[in-house]
Amino acid sequence: MKALLVCEYQQGKLLESTYELLAFADRLGAEKVMLLIGSEADLPNFDGKVYLADAGKVGEYNPDLHKRLVLDTVQKEHPDYIVFVHSSFGWDLAPRLAVALKAAQISEIVGVKDGKFEVPSCNAKMRRLLAPKTALAVLTIQAGAFNYQAQAHATPQLERVDLAVSTPRVEFLGYEAADKKAVDLAKAEVIISAGRGIGKKENVETIAALARALGGELGATRPVVDAGWVEHTRQVGSSGQIVAPKLYVACGISGAIQHIAGMKKSDFIVAINKDKDAPIGEVANVLVVADVMQFVPALTARLKK
Amino acid sequence: MKMLVCIKQVPDMESRFRVNSEGVWFEEQDLAFRMNEYDEFAVEQAIRVKEQLGGAADITVLSIGPDRVVEAIKKGLAMGGDRGVQIKDDHPYQKDPWQVASVIAAFARDKNFDLVFTGLQSQDRGSAQVGVILAELLGYACVTTLVGFELNGEVVTARRELEAGIRGIVRFKLPAVVTCQLGLNIPRYPTLPNIMKARQKELLVFPITGFLSDESLTTTERMYPPEKKGRAFVLEGDINETADKLVAILKEKTTVLR
Repeated sequence: MKALLVCEYQQGKLLESTYELLAFADRLGAEKVMLLIGSEADLPNFDGKVYLADAGKVGEYNPDLHKRLVLDTVQKEHPDYIVFVHSSFGWDLAPRLAVALKAAQISEIVGVKDGKFEVPSCNAKMRRLLAPKTALAVLTIQAGAFNYQAQAHATPQLERVDLAVSTPRVEFLGYEAADKKAVDLAKAEVIISAGRGIGKKENVETIAALARALGGELGATRPVVDAGWVEHTRQVGSSGQIVAPKLYVACGISGAIQHIAGMKKSDFIVAINKDKDAPIGEVANVLVVADVMQFVPALTARLKK
Repeated sequence: MKMLVCIKQVPDMESRFRVNSEGVWFEEQDLAFRMNEYDEFAVEQAIRVKEQLGGAADITVLSIGPDRVVEAIKKGLAMGGDRGVQIKDDHPYQKDPWQVASVIAAFARDKNFDLVFTGLQSQDRGSAQVGVILAELLGYACVTTLVGFELNGEVVTARRELEAGIRGIVRFKLPAVVTCQLGLNIPRYPTLPNIMKARQKELLVFPITGFLSDESLTTTERMYPPEKKGRAFVLEGDINETADKLVAILKEKTTVLR
């Protein structure tokens, strides 16, 4: 069994998530081959074969060009699996390959059971176990689901690949940097975050009061930020800030995957939620089953004493 | 400008899910269904394009599913869609993303849509595949994870959401399929007069059999709730007693309370 692992690379840097692909292939027990559309200056620590296409020539991610490079590599290697991280890169490119190869695709894998793939469903409240019917399958793995050990320094055997660059249908114009982080949540020892479950904007103050009582910072989920209840510089999650404070209190947060990815490494996690089955319970140390707007003031009052 | 918006009706994610008798999907009885959140951004963006063009555009809102999906289609029409299409299928959960996309492609192939909008993913399955597969089958350009959209003539400049707050700016020509992400826009609420008007709008119903020619490429072995890792210690009951217990736990297990 062979897995072609497609590295993540952006703006001159190999992304760390690339190593999760190696961990996943090990979990499968598959032979590993990598494709990097990147630079020789930043190669993965991997002692196997890496196909390298020069991003200096191909450019940043471009669906048509990157698809061609993966297809060329598939022809050389005949893998059983083509694996991506389920990211803005992976979920964009993977289905294009699935169509070109008429291969099954399974998205956002979180586990492997008897050679079948476990994926989340219904906002992570359920799981589904899926199997491809085709000999070759395209897979994307959930970021953070397959932990990797720190990689010892290793030098891959490089095989350079090239591409006659044709005009792609989608033209990449550039990046827009993340907004300046007025609040660096990464430095906070305590973060108290508000989710949609707080109900309305006026209730943010109650959560902020708890944050003050604990000497911490206020955080928020994506929907709360998008609704304009809390400024976006306080957003925790894969599209906001990744945090790991000593204490993280999730108030009215059900636990969308993107949010959990941003806070699950916290030392101690308390979740306050009226839904006992909310997925936040999977990462929390303590789950308080209560109405968040009743419980938080009671907690704040005790901490002020 | 001919536009197609592909929407899905999904259960309220706050629901409690039970596995159905086949063991591969959830029991739909007793669940409240609504339009997939990401698809609301898709409908809204199509309407904004129509407004930008002074109304010189036509929006078809399509959904695959049993009769309950008509409610989601009507919402799309009340928001501003012109025509609804239901591809009637009493067992949509048995179709994999490949089949769903090929059914839509079979419907859309001879209709020359200029722009196809859909959500980045569905809230119940979240494969994020259907829009991209559809584009590839139609031979259209495709941009996913849209958080910005600007149309000038036949050219679109769009912003894609990448990770860690970074955005990628891309430019492409029509025809195209785009998948919409949270943050692209704020979907309007249908007004009462528009809800009334939507009832008069055309609703075409087709059986799925006319569009479905492919077998699925994946099989679903089973659906089940996640294994409880048993990590969380659950506190419930009287608010004040619970708060006392939590303070005691924080004093014991963390260093943040002095």
